Amino acid sequence: MKKKLPFMLTILALMLTLAACGSNNDASGTGGSSEAGGETESKLSGSVLAVGSTAMQPLVEQVGQKFMADDKYKEVTVQVQGGGSGTGLTQVSEGQSDIGNSDVFGEEKLDADKAKELVDHQVAVVAMTAVVNPGVSVDDLTKEQLVDIFTGKVTNWKDLGGEDQKIVIVNRPASSGTRATFEKFALGESKLADLEGSIQEDSSGTVRKLVAETPGAIGYLALSYLDDSVKTVKYAGVEATVENVEKGEYPVWAYQHMYTKGEPSETVKAFLDYMLSPEVQESDVVELGYIPVSGMQVTRDAEGNVTQK
Amino acid sequence: MGQMGKSTSLNHNDMKKSKRREKHYWEEWVGRIYTSICVVLLLVVIVSIVFFVSSKGLATFFENGVSLKEFFTGRTWNPDESFGALPFITGSFAVTLLAALIAGPLGLCAALFMTEILPGRGKRILQPAVELLSGIPSVVYGFIGLSVIVPFIRDYIGGQGFGILAGCLVLSIMILPTITSIMADALASLPGGLRESSLALGATRWQTISRVVIPTVLPALLTGVVLGMARAFGEALAVQMVIGNAPHVPGSLTESAATLTSTITLSMGNTAMGSVHNNALWSMALVLLLMTFVFVILVRLLERRNRI
Amino acid sequence: MMIKKAKRADKIATIVICFFAMLIVAILVGLLGFIIVRGLGHINWHFLTSAPQMIRGGGGIGPQLFNSVFLLILTLIITVPLGWGGGIYMAEYAKPGKITNVIRLVVEVLSSFPSIVIGLFGLLVLVNAFGLGFSLLAGAMALAVFNLPLMVRTTEQAFRAVPKEQKEAGYALGLSKWKIITSILLPVALPSLITGTILASGRIFGEAAALMFTAGMSSPPLDFTDWNPLSSRSPINPLRPAETLAVHIWKVNSEGLAPDAKEIAAGASAVLVILILCFNLGARWLGRVAYRKFTAAKRID
Repeated sequence: MKKKLPFMLTILALMLTLAACGSNNDASGTGGSSEAGGETESKLSGSVLAVGSTAMQPLVEQVGQKFMADDKYKEVTVQVQGGGSGTGLTQVSEGQSDIGNSDVFGEEKLDADKAKELVDHQVAVVAMTAVVNPGVSVDDLTKEQLVDIFTGKVTNWKDLGGEDQKIVIVNRPASSGTRATFEKFALGESKLADLEGSIQEDSSGTVRKLVAETPGAIGYLALSYLDDSVKTVKYAGVEATVENVEKGEYPVWAYQHMYTKGEPSETVKAFLDYMLSPEVQESDVVELGYIPVSGMQVTRDAEGNVTQK
Repeated sequence: MGQMGKSTSLNHNDMKKSKRREKHYWEEWVGRIYTSICVVLLLVVIVSIVFFVSSKGLATFFENGVSLKEFFTGRTWNPDESFGALPFITGSFAVTLLAALIAGPLGLCAALFMTEILPGRGKRILQPAVELLSGIPSVVYGFIGLSVIVPFIRDYIGGQGFGILAGCLVLSIMILPTITSIMADALASLPGGLRESSLALGATRWQTISRVVIPTVLPALLTGVVLGMARAFGEALAVQMVIGNAPHVPGSLTESAATLTSTITLSMGNTAMGSVHNNALWSMALVLLLMTFVFVILVRLLERRNRI
Repeated sequence: MMIKKAKRADKIATIVICFFAMLIVAILVGLLGFIIVRGLGHINWHFLTSAPQMIRGGGGIGPQLFNSVFLLILTLIITVPLGWGGGIYMAEYAKPGKITNVIRLVVEVLSSFPSIVIGLFGLLVLVNAFGLGFSLLAGAMALAVFNLPLMVRTTEQAFRAVPKEQKEAGYALGLSKWKIITSILLPVALPSLITGTILASGRIFGEAAALMFTAGMSSPPLDFTDWNPLSSRSPINPLRPAETLAVHIWKVNSEGLAPDAKEIAAGASAVLVILILCFNLGARWLGRVAYRKFTAAKRID
């Protein structure tokens, strides 16, 4: 039994060294990536850590796996983590991660001077559409009608040409990027107050489930989450299709951002370039329900001003 | 290994007495220092939790200038200008109290069944059931709530199904094992003579239970309820999934509402550290922390009553 | 008249109590049945071993299952020496007084902290300030925070339950206190220590709220042939992010794009509940075996 104590102490010491190694490792990992990139031109090595938006996680994860499978980048490891846009922006701005994934402009979450240090890389476009429970007969809503619904002026579908049924709003929390986009571009009013009795869920999967199951429900989803269980609603007669978004006719869309602090290191840049390369944009981005940036005929800045390309 | 150590120390008894004393001394210190370090670590952990959560949570009031009055009594949560956390605080208290109201009597029945009515067999059936119930993870409870309780309330009671009612039902099942096992322990610890003398006086079993047993162990029974409430107050995921999360003081039990924990779960990842919105969430965490202390103090007071 | 009334009250009360007790059993059976029946159909070898799929169907829970087990091991490596040590201090060294009372209060408070608060603390201190990032180590440390007080308490109880005579015999032999603890008390307390430790592990296994903010919600591809703990694709690297089974259930249901997300969640829930059942039964069985072994060893002695 006496041997137990040294054994325990060894484990303890081991844990401590591991912890110490860990922080060292981390520092050298991120720093090393740029050095290694500078020395050898043909083969990059090091690691890329991307943290942020859970909605973007599947896309970045999938591209990361493809990237690592590529012969040229065999030495590079890409790690993708969720945690939310706010966490991603915080971590990239404090230097804990190489890339911060965000579904909103950094200016909307961070202080102005912190946001200024970050470099924006727009890697995809996501469009959102209002969805209703399949039992609702209304299939086209104008901007004014949507505003009336989401501000509580209209509470029954019969006022909008549907049957006599109470409207149930499935909203998102005030911190949500999807909500910010929807309010800004579909309703034209940002930061609406929450209605009493509205349901709030952060994740798209739950919103879809709730809209599908709750009679009279209305919510909004990114195109990638649409399926047969919910019914999409046209926005003032315009359908939420890829062509309409690209032409700039359907306004409810947002960029998916990957922020770096300052200009990215060579390894990180290689990954970001890979993200924007046609082989990713035309396959993975489309496959996951996003719209490639390259196809967009309009651009938009942080204030929401749209310009033709 | 234990026996070996014992025999060697016996054999060298007189030969190496001084050496042994030295070893003795050294061993004593190793044990003392090692176990003390473990305890000090506990203290370090709790102090740092309280320190870090408070430093973040208080920043809302000191750095961002949100007034305490607004935070605790404001009814509008609009995280750009107004930070009224009252809806979440009332939500948390409502689900916790209602869950305790449901689970308390249920737990008492289970505990009485185990100790008073069918001491042998009852315990063999219920004890494992209660232990298994306590092992089911909260995420699983949440999904059962979402896929069974919420539709049930929507179809048979009315409203959207989400709300305080769904939340407290899920929580009451979750805290039932805690309450039951503490109550059963309390009842079992009662000296047998008390019961027998009451029965010998001609009292029925129910009279014995209601007039003798329960009054004697009441503080201990309440301890179980308070500990259950502490768990309910801090539960996050299961509640978040069924409560609806509207930041308003709800008008009815079947209307979407929110709790402190559900709001933190929803928004923490989406806000950047250091922003006012984020700090306000930390203030809510601080409220949770303080409530934990309140619950522990309540338990302490009850225990003291119990001893007298 | 009075007696009749009392008898009737007694009967009614008995029926009510029995009814509610049975209701609890019914709830349990219903819950377990619901989870297992719904999920059992999706559990097969492929589901348990293959990697999850993000948008296509047919994904499994292999890495999550491994992560859950590995995280549990890491947590136990931290909590067992510390928790047992703390418990021994409380049972053997602590003198009744103010300081001991404070420590007891600390243990009590620590064990009733909401898991989400611990998760946030982990995010702030372990993930951000210590720079561990979302990692298994950060997750294990956060879990250790809840697990420690439980461990301290069970250890203290187990040591206190050892008959006084055994300890006194040790003193009579002139053994040091530490020697008595490690060679006399520990073997006796071991069966209840093991049971307590395993039961506490069940709670770690099902925890999600604290892990979302510390161990992260992503599972990078693992290379199960690489066992170098420093390589980033190695399954045993404690610094990689890891999604556990409980967190995976949460994520699949909320963000799952795969067409079979519902089935995956149901299957994963069933796996989780079955594992916890095994823990529960295993704890009891192991406790009994250890107890028998110990008593048998005594007889030979």
